[in-house]
Amino acid sequence: MTNAKVSVTRGNRIKKTTGSIIFDTFNYLFMILLAAVTLYPLWHVAMASISAPTAYMYHMGPIFYPLGKITFASYAKVLQNPMIPLGYRNTIYYVLLGTAINMLMTMLCAFVLSRKDIMLKGPMTGLIIFTMYFHGGMIPTFLLVKDLKMLDTVWALLLPGAISTFNMIITRTAFSNIPASLEESAELDGANDMVILFRIILPLSLPTLAVILLYYAVGHWNSWFSAMIYLSTREKYPLQLILREILLANTEDASGAQNAVADDTIPISETIKYSTIMVATIPILLVYPFLQKYFVKGVMIGAIKG
Amino acid sequence: MAQSGAVIRPPRKNQNYLARLGRNIVKHKWTYMMMIPVLAYYIIFHYGPLYGVQIAFKDFNPGKGIWGSKWVGLKHFISFFKGVYAWRTIRNTLFINIYLLLFGFPAPIILALLLDEIHKPVFKKTVQTITYLPHFISTVVIAGILVDFCSTNGLFNQIALMINPNYTKVALLGKMSLFRTIYVSSDIWQSIGWNSIIFIAALSGVDSELYEAVAIDGGNRFHRVWHVSIPCLLPTIVIMFILRIGNLMSLGFEKIILLYTTGTYEVADVISSYVYRRGLLDFSYSFSSAVGLMNNIINFILVMTANAISRKVTETSLW
Repeated sequence: MTNAKVSVTRGNRIKKTTGSIIFDTFNYLFMILLAAVTLYPLWHVAMASISAPTAYMYHMGPIFYPLGKITFASYAKVLQNPMIPLGYRNTIYYVLLGTAINMLMTMLCAFVLSRKDIMLKGPMTGLIIFTMYFHGGMIPTFLLVKDLKMLDTVWALLLPGAISTFNMIITRTAFSNIPASLEESAELDGANDMVILFRIILPLSLPTLAVILLYYAVGHWNSWFSAMIYLSTREKYPLQLILREILLANTEDASGAQNAVADDTIPISETIKYSTIMVATIPILLVYPFLQKYFVKGVMIGAIKG
Repeated sequence: MAQSGAVIRPPRKNQNYLARLGRNIVKHKWTYMMMIPVLAYYIIFHYGPLYGVQIAFKDFNPGKGIWGSKWVGLKHFISFFKGVYAWRTIRNTLFINIYLLLFGFPAPIILALLLDEIHKPVFKKTVQTITYLPHFISTVVIAGILVDFCSTNGLFNQIALMINPNYTKVALLGKMSLFRTIYVSSDIWQSIGWNSIIFIAALSGVDSELYEAVAIDGGNRFHRVWHVSIPCLLPTIVIMFILRIGNLMSLGFEKIILLYTTGTYEVADVISSYVYRRGLLDFSYSFSSAVGLMNNIINFILVMTANAISRKVTETSLW
């Protein structure tokens, strides 16, 4: 998108002054430094996770490569902790089911609000937009979930956030940008609203829907707070909550998780938290480079909405 | 659409609203049916809690339910403001937000301006991809890494010891003087790239003729940035700034809850984390609902004001 400008700038490029060269040098150095600072914490974690535990224990300062002999022993230990595969399974289940609910509800809502001659549209939009700016708060929501008998069920995690109003508005914008003439000609051919939705609107807004889907999915993958307040059965915990117990162990129930992994080989407990982080983050790191451009597109759509 | 509507229902004066609505519903029965689950969702999960907010003015008794509990008026609000935690949580919320505004707000703008001066597409793209990444890492992982790096034997202490052999190691996150610094800088680390996207987009929309004009007038790169790039960014900056002002009294509690300890409550406990603790750990449902409601009302007023100002200043508002 910047290509046009770049070529113009190149064409008009005033002689490279010394000041300009110095600025460029610092600018590039700064960018490299920024990239390094951004990546380093993750790199540190990755390298520490495959370092020999004793070598890591006696090491001081940053690490740029695995210390000692590369070992995956700590990964083996992490996967022996039954809570990790369990948390993984739960998280995948929550991501799939949750994203499916999100997409269905968001598309329904966006479709209704994008139709042109629906009479109740105005009051409905008002009712929905208002919830973006004023909400009951944490405690009334908790009591509601409790009254609905959803405590300790998957529904407590997935239903209260079934529609992100922000994502819904992005979707609605995409739906209403589809030329009305397409719908009208379909209507003339006798298509009802369902047909219009599934045969015209959805196929034509696939790029936006993909972005929204990614946002929802990442949201579910990273979510932990609602699981912490709504779930009481540990077997239902998502991965992030297990991770919190292991990494930020300052509660008594976390010690159980630690003992499970740190039985005889004490040094391994030094690197085990790093491999736990890696195990939980690798899926994001793997898909991120390929999906990055879709994520960015989402910001743009959101911004254009204005 | 307008013509076809006119054909189907000519604007008769005596035609009553309900009849038109009825015909509209029949014509779009599928759409109205789709509306049902959506409306049910918003009414249950968004207006339901609004109904429950009344417990802020009651002494909630789980046995009697929300409706049956006794009204106590403003008792909980008064006890919050009379208590020692009102000032502490409001102050912390404001301070952390102001630090985020002072340091976290300009950072992505500067990054966008600097990135705009890089004319190697591949390099630029790589830097962008890398800086967006932390946005997608979960709060738990970020907090876990931070706690590890800040621990007494963690990376930051090791580096400090390498630089200064006389340094005494200390748990950095447990130090009151450092908590906000760590919170704010990790926030910048996580969000600088992602927040710069909108500014980069605004810069890429700048008319290249403007840059040419500067070049013709003999301007250098600094002039280009100062007289073209920054003025072109200004509307976006103003909107984003106003939005931030609107959020001055709201602060997510997730990272706070993960990072703070009893020793740092004095500087770290914000309104939302206090609501969480009093409500869900101490079961003071009514009291914490009152605190949350107070906070929500202030936020609502702030956002509305911010939006009104935005509309005046830039002719662009949120709605």
